[in-house]
Amino acid sequence: MSSLRTLFEKVWSAHEVLPQSADTPAVMFIDLHLTHEVTSPQAFSALRERGLKVRRPDLTLATMDHSTPTRTEQVFGGAPITIDSAAKQIRQLERNCAEFGIELLGLQDARRGIVHIIGPELGITQPGKTIVCGDSHTSTHGAFGALAFGIGTTEVGHVLATQCLLQKKPRTFAVEVDGRLPAGVTAKDLILALIGQIGVSGGTGYVIEYRGEAIRALSMEERMTVCNMSIEAGARAGMIAPDEVTFEYLRGRPRAPQGAAWDAAVARWRALPSDPGAVFDKTVRLDASALQPMVTYGTNPGMVVPVGGSIPKRAGDPVFDAAMKYMGLVPGEPIGDAPINVVFVGSCTNGRLSDLRAAANVMRGRKVAAGVHMLVVPGSQSVKRDAEAEGLDEIFRAAGAEWRESGCSMCLGMNGDTVGKGEYAISTSNRNFEGRQGVGARTLLASPETAAASAIRGRVTDPREFLS
Amino acid sequence: MNPITVIRSRTVVMPSTNIDTDQIIPARFLTTTVKEGLGASLFADWRYDAEGHAKPDFILNRPEAAGCRVLVAGRNIGCGSSREHAPWALVDFGFQAVVSTEIADIFRNNSLKNGLLPVVVDEATHAWLLANPGAEVEIDLAEAQLRIDGRDPTPFPIEAFSRYCLLNGVDELGFLLSQDAAISAHESAAPDARRSA
Ligand code: SF4
Repeated sequence: MSSLRTLFEKVWSAHEVLPQSADTPAVMFIDLHLTHEVTSPQAFSALRERGLKVRRPDLTLATMDHSTPTRTEQVFGGAPITIDSAAKQIRQLERNCAEFGIELLGLQDARRGIVHIIGPELGITQPGKTIVCGDSHTSTHGAFGALAFGIGTTEVGHVLATQCLLQKKPRTFAVEVDGRLPAGVTAKDLILALIGQIGVSGGTGYVIEYRGEAIRALSMEERMTVCNMSIEAGARAGMIAPDEVTFEYLRGRPRAPQGAAWDAAVARWRALPSDPGAVFDKTVRLDASALQPMVTYGTNPGMVVPVGGSIPKRAGDPVFDAAMKYMGLVPGEPIGDAPINVVFVGSCTNGRLSDLRAAANVMRGRKVAAGVHMLVVPGSQSVKRDAEAEGLDEIFRAAGAEWRESGCSMCLGMNGDTVGKGEYAISTSNRNFEGRQGVGARTLLASPETAAASAIRGRVTDPREFLS
Repeated sequence: MNPITVIRSRTVVMPSTNIDTDQIIPARFLTTTVKEGLGASLFADWRYDAEGHAKPDFILNRPEAAGCRVLVAGRNIGCGSSREHAPWALVDFGFQAVVSTEIADIFRNNSLKNGLLPVVVDEATHAWLLANPGAEVEIDLAEAQLRIDGRDPTPFPIEAFSRYCLLNGVDELGFLLSQDAAISAHESAAPDARRSA
């Protein structure tokens, strides 16, 4: 067996409490457990039923994001939360955290936000950690060289009670991205193009490592966008080797190591990247310089074309036909003809400051097309404050868009921020499944730049038209 | 959790590929704080019209689906969200097994923890099952075989530990709790935050 190891293998083996055997899966130690209101209530109930306590409250952090309101009066003004059951779920998390001694960044906390945005912001997401959350987009944290993946509620209970998980070792998958992204082509376009190439189950059973010149050239926020959508390719986790970009991002963050502990941590983190020559179970290559802005046309993220392209034809494929019927789009037609009724900029995929800047850059001095409703929802309260300090909120408002408090919002429409039946939404989120953004809603996924350009024209638009 | 040994049932067939967990249980039903009762909302947007009436032609609303415990789905069922509400809803409705050629990772894990058996079969068996909705099948967990009269048995993969837990109706938490000493040793040997603050 080769002694050369991948980034994944290094992080995995450092967390094996017990290795996998013929009879049992590996017992893996978890360094950071993030939790939120939607996937945790039944786990706390399970602990209560068995008389268990939380083993490591110091490694557990809770926030609320999925079912929370985004209207300021409901978050801060004491107005009732529109959806009763959501309000109840929020109160349940408050009670559970108080009872089990878990730190909660609650509804009015200045550090609250989408769980995958605040972990990095606080500096608690770090290279080499194992990070889990009852949420599939936990893959986002892999951008720091952490092994981070989503778990179900039963497993949330396992981690609360034991700080460990039973895991079968996944296989490794190298995605080599050569070249550089052209102007106007973003990390979102890169990951959409990859999913289009390998399909929505192309990564099932694997942990992806994104590598190559194009990945090294990405900022941390862009790397997070890429790792975030690993799950849309079926991979539970996506990782990027930590480097100077990673360290610079983390340096000085409130929960990053400080002083001598920082130096020691960086020294450990420098040993994490895959050894040259380490072998992956599977590899694909992508040329970043050949990519274009991408947009989805169907009902899964793998149904994607360049904004200037046409919807493919797949005669005799009933599943494809059903997707086209749901979307009300015609195979063979240019996607640029697709009308847009709603624009959503936000989510754990594209709700960070750089995403809002990119959208604002396109919107500055322009108007949202007549009849189009645009919602801009910062990924966290910290992103919101930073954006307001730069005047981005003013640009969006002046264009006719709504500016809200942070949360998942229209990404999954649990809090009442939904797209109407039959309406077309261009969204910077990550899932275009049937009904994801509301019953009968039709979602087209794209970058913040493309979403903003499409808001202005009221149809799917190449953002490069506005970026001169 | 009740032990699973052999499941004998007719199948319900949903041939769509990539049936995601947002279809199995839409997000608006996730504000619950319990597991029970989600079966009523299983596949809600495919099953009910805008007024909340059952659509008569949707498979789960048809008389032949009554009492079926095996769901045969198109390739890659369970992709998307990690919501365990998806297997909770399927189990609450009465399903005990999901059969496909590919089952998404997190959904598969969640199913195993709720007495819903994920059965990954070869293309030929899958094609036969899709073509014969309502077929009588026998899923034998101890043998890890799916059996259909008149065809060779189809083996399916299942980890030894999960099989043990399902056959005996025990959950995995007990095993993890029994590893307390090993976990403590790991915590004190770790170079970083794993040590107690
Ligand atoms: S923003 Fe969307 S994808 Fe991200 S955690 Fe929230 S609901 Fe999930």
